Amino acid sequence: MANSEPMQLVEQRRDAALAALMQGVPYIRFLGIEFDRHGAELTGVLRFDDKLIGNPFLPALHGGVTSAFLEVTSIITLSMAHLWERIESGEIDAKSVPPENLPNLPKTIDFTVDYLRSGRPRDAYARATVARAGRRYASVQSTAWQDNQDKPFAQASGHFLMPALGDAHDG
Amino acid sequence: MADKSKMAQQFIQALPHARALGLKLIEIGNGQAAITMPYAKHIVGDLKTGVIHGGAVSAVMDTCCGAAVMSHPSTPTGTATIDLRIDYMRAATPGQTITALATCYHVGRSVAFVRATATDEDTGNPVATASGSFTVETSPGSFTERRN
Repeated sequence: MANSEPMQLVEQRRDAALAALMQGVPYIRFLGIEFDRHGAELTGVLRFDDKLIGNPFLPALHGGVTSAFLEVTSIITLSMAHLWERIESGEIDAKSVPPENLPNLPKTIDFTVDYLRSGRPRDAYARATVARAGRRYASVQSTAWQDNQDKPFAQASGHFLMPALGDAHDG
Repeated sequence: MADKSKMAQQFIQALPHARALGLKLIEIGNGQAAITMPYAKHIVGDLKTGVIHGGAVSAVMDTCCGAAVMSHPSTPTGTATIDLRIDYMRAATPGQTITALATCYHVGRSVAFVRATATDEDTGNPVATASGSFTVETSPGSFTERRN
């Protein structure tokens, strides 16, 4: 009964679900990706670190880092959108469900990145849009930028295989 | 060719992210390159299974494609990824090293077209394939030499 629940509790449940999803992906921590959440809207934040540099002479972010950042943002955004109703209803409450019992993440089928300009050695941001999420397949578009959202440095499009909703506790 | 190969090895070692992933160049020349990435806990994409993240596979493929372009007989002075598509065939087996193999199948004056495959120890059964286009830079002041 989300309607009668204090908003604070709902927000805590949303944050806990997001944190639990991220906790299941050690690679997110290695890259230093965080998420800003406003309601259902997520913005990926890639904190700059020297180890993310590909070309030390420019210097520029490694293309693989940019690609991974967009892929991580796509997967987490898609996963939150996929689970949203069940988080809202309280059926998924990461505080009471051990992380290993959280639903599986979508699996990447293919991922295509356009490198528009070189990533500068500073923080980067990304947002993903779920173009379509069917029962089995989803199509997600994403964009990454640094200082100015109107000047993206990379954009991507990917297809994902959705975990069956019934698999929630299958591990 | 030995100098070129040594240069390329240094090129890989000079990339901080390639070092962070433990990438090793094991073969290079004539528009082809092979790079390995050892299994490590910090590149895992799913704690439940221990399978490495697709993003890490994509990073090794991207690096390998770039190395293949650099080794082409047309001797580019630099390269950058224009676009790269990765198809993920199956989960890599946890604990196993990933090997990426990239081949330039057409190199023009400005653009190189590259394909790559990534395998684990089951070499006949690719984990992922990639296809991309890369810039070919030949003048001084390009990608690798623009230091200011």
